[in-house]
Amino acid sequence: MKVRVKFRKNGAMKFIGHLDIMRYFQKAMRRAHIPIAFSGGYSPHMIMSFAHPLGVGLTSDGEYFDIELTEPIAGIEAIIRLNAAMVEGMEVISFVEIPSDKRSAGMSIVAAADYRCILKKGELPDHYIELAKSFYAQPEIMIMKKTKRSEKMVDIHPMIYSFEADEQSFVMQVATGSVQNLKPSLVMEAFLNYINVSSEEMSFYYHRIEVYAETDQGLKTLEALGTEIK
Amino acid sequence: MRKTALSDDILMEIEKPARYIGNEVNSVVKDKAEIDIRFAMCFPDVYEIGMSHLGIQILYDMFNRRGDTWCERVYSPWTDLDKIMREQNIPLFALESQDPLKEFDFIGITIQYEMCYTNILQILDLGQIPLLASERGDDIPIIIGGGSCVYNPEPLADFFDLFYIGEGETVYDQLLDVYKANKKAGGTRHDFLEAAAAIEGIYVPAFYDIAYHEDGTIAKFKPNNQHAQEKIKKQMVRDVSDTFYPDKPVVPFIKATQDRVVLEIQRGCIRGCRFCQAGMIYRPTRERNLEMLKEYAYKMLESTGHEEISLSSLSSSDYSQLKELVTFLMKEFSGKGINISLPSLRIDAFSLDVMQKVQDIRRSSLTFAPEAGTQRLRDVINKGLTEEIILDGAGQAFEGGWTKVKLYFMLGLPSETEEDMKGIAHLSEAVARRYYEIPKEQRDGKCQITASSSFFVPKPFTPFQWVTMHSSEEYIEKAIIVNQEFKAQHNRKSLRYNWHEADVTVLEGVFARGDRRVGAVLLEAYHMGCLFDAWSEEFDNDKWLKAFENTGVDIAFYNLRERSLDELLPWDFIDIGVTKQFLQREYENAMAEKVTPNCRSRCAGCGMGVFEGGVCIESPS
Repeated sequence: MKVRVKFRKNGAMKFIGHLDIMRYFQKAMRRAHIPIAFSGGYSPHMIMSFAHPLGVGLTSDGEYFDIELTEPIAGIEAIIRLNAAMVEGMEVISFVEIPSDKRSAGMSIVAAADYRCILKKGELPDHYIELAKSFYAQPEIMIMKKTKRSEKMVDIHPMIYSFEADEQSFVMQVATGSVQNLKPSLVMEAFLNYINVSSEEMSFYYHRIEVYAETDQGLKTLEALGTEIK
Repeated sequence: MRKTALSDDILMEIEKPARYIGNEVNSVVKDKAEIDIRFAMCFPDVYEIGMSHLGIQILYDMFNRRGDTWCERVYSPWTDLDKIMREQNIPLFALESQDPLKEFDFIGITIQYEMCYTNILQILDLGQIPLLASERGDDIPIIIGGGSCVYNPEPLADFFDLFYIGEGETVYDQLLDVYKANKKAGGTRHDFLEAAAAIEGIYVPAFYDIAYHEDGTIAKFKPNNQHAQEKIKKQMVRDVSDTFYPDKPVVPFIKATQDRVVLEIQRGCIRGCRFCQAGMIYRPTRERNLEMLKEYAYKMLESTGHEEISLSSLSSSDYSQLKELVTFLMKEFSGKGINISLPSLRIDAFSLDVMQKVQDIRRSSLTFAPEAGTQRLRDVINKGLTEEIILDGAGQAFEGGWTKVKLYFMLGLPSETEEDMKGIAHLSEAVARRYYEIPKEQRDGKCQITASSSFFVPKPFTPFQWVTMHSSEEYIEKAIIVNQEFKAQHNRKSLRYNWHEADVTVLEGVFARGDRRVGAVLLEAYHMGCLFDAWSEEFDNDKWLKAFENTGVDIAFYNLRERSLDELLPWDFIDIGVTKQFLQREYENAMAEKVTPNCRSRCAGCGMGVFEGGVCIESPS
């Protein structure tokens, strides 16, 4: 049985990198006695695959990984057991069964994510809500993209699916995943550039809210592709 | 939400911020308001090394069982953070509460190797605590040292208020009770130190005066305070099955060196190798009960979620119920995706059979520690391993499919000749030859024999505590002789040889057998910027040599001078149970190339019998 686990990562846990979070969950699975399946071979490892890795320094309310079970376990029971094995800052919030077809399993399905960017340093201009509107209303948003070999101007507007401001922060939905990927910090960089503020004067905390997959019915949260395990 | 002592910006800037945030599974957080004693337990090296140390895990668990005490952990900030903390004047903090060290009652520092001594000063310095014990006032934490290096604490005497000599499980409770009572009664730091000095095993360096002869050797070592004891008696747990052991060890987020459950199966070693300090100071050998070990294996795997369990001891093959234990572990855990990692066992049919089941033969290698290249020198050091045993074990392994063998040696052992040095190459060649005796069609290509040598450092409380060392140049010459002999061997393409750093060996020698006067060099070297000396990329020998020069301390006095058997040694005030007469006798046996049988085959009368524990009271099987 394939299962999708959704969790939150907050507080000081944002300093734990992706690979260490994987190790953390492998150990948590054992502490919580989740009947997880192992790969074959000489050194078996847990079958566990994470959705788009979260960078160090970011918090999140919508992180995902998929596992395989050797026997079913009720979702609510699994959540209780896993949370008893968590540390402060980590919380498991859903545990659902997913179909094993390629369109709902595997983490290559990730297409978009929501982020909240909260003011860390500096002061926002009074009319920041209007500025956010006019920034997003531009026909194109050009940024300098640096690669190892070259620098070129690219339009990131098509990868920003929404952008608005509220309560001293900015909420956006951007392209995420293996096909197209846009970091929220690049969007904020473009915004600061738009309002003529340098990155030394103003900076932000980045918080992931949710991760989505592309489906025939449009974007759906990864969790919505699963069903409750009773 | 948890606070962090370091700002987000700093944590984002440094390497591996997980080293400094605490919050790990099984770390203990208590309410400060309900605590009388705050204890910061420190391993003076980087987090990944310090977190792998079993002793701290044992004490951390033991202290936190006390309702009135909160024990937290501290490790050395790596050089990147060290620089930032100095620039921004950020005080060093403990991981659990993230509170500055200077707010604690105790800072306990475990001292495991000489090359971490500058890191001890770093901890105190960044903790904003005066480096010299003599400069600490009543509001400064008590600095206490423990661990295997405190069997000669003298090089560190100026920096510590107390040393705890021996195994931590015995008198710490008493010490903490005394501290609490003194605090409640409004006593001073001095009052506490006097009360502590009266506890068995506790050494207060400030309460002793030392006088020197004209030739620099010690003339007198006497208490100057009526509470101080003439002799400090090593502490030892008599029953290691009925004592403290952590059932919920802390699980690091980042990969520590020891990322597994560690089951200490016994303390001490029956073998009596004459170069080995652990083999003397942890006498007598005491085994933990099989049932206790089974219970802890379950509990610790359950509470940590680790995917590996490892056995720990000085010589696991001597654990009398090893077969039962290993069979149990394989039966219970192998099917559950849990690896069983075996320490270097003596190679025989049983261990090969077990290794075949738990390891990937093609990738794993077999390890032997002959320590010396010839039988003559192995008799001198009382290492019972013969060439026949090695070739027989290697032969069985080769026939079982192994192709890689590691051999460990020491250079610079007492009485060593050129023939002994060359013997390292000859023994390695013999192992390779044994491999090629297997018919071509039955073996898997070439074999790979890797020999490594370290340079011998004489340690206090060993039969070799009197012997002379060599200069750095002489050590290199020895290694070159061995290396050239390797190149002359028939199977040289299957042999590899590498040797350890010689400069570090010289410093280890000075600090292992130094007296109080070498503390000045340490302080000078630290002020000159020496830190993380155990890390080859950080070690700066030129700075160290300059520190010796600046302080007028002579390396030759400590390393190249012949000590007479009746010299008053800096550590003679410690009573480890093993008598000086025994060590002298063993030294004489060594020079006569005479082997002493292990404790289980015949008691050698080392003096430990008075403790009435472990192998000393085992009924002969």
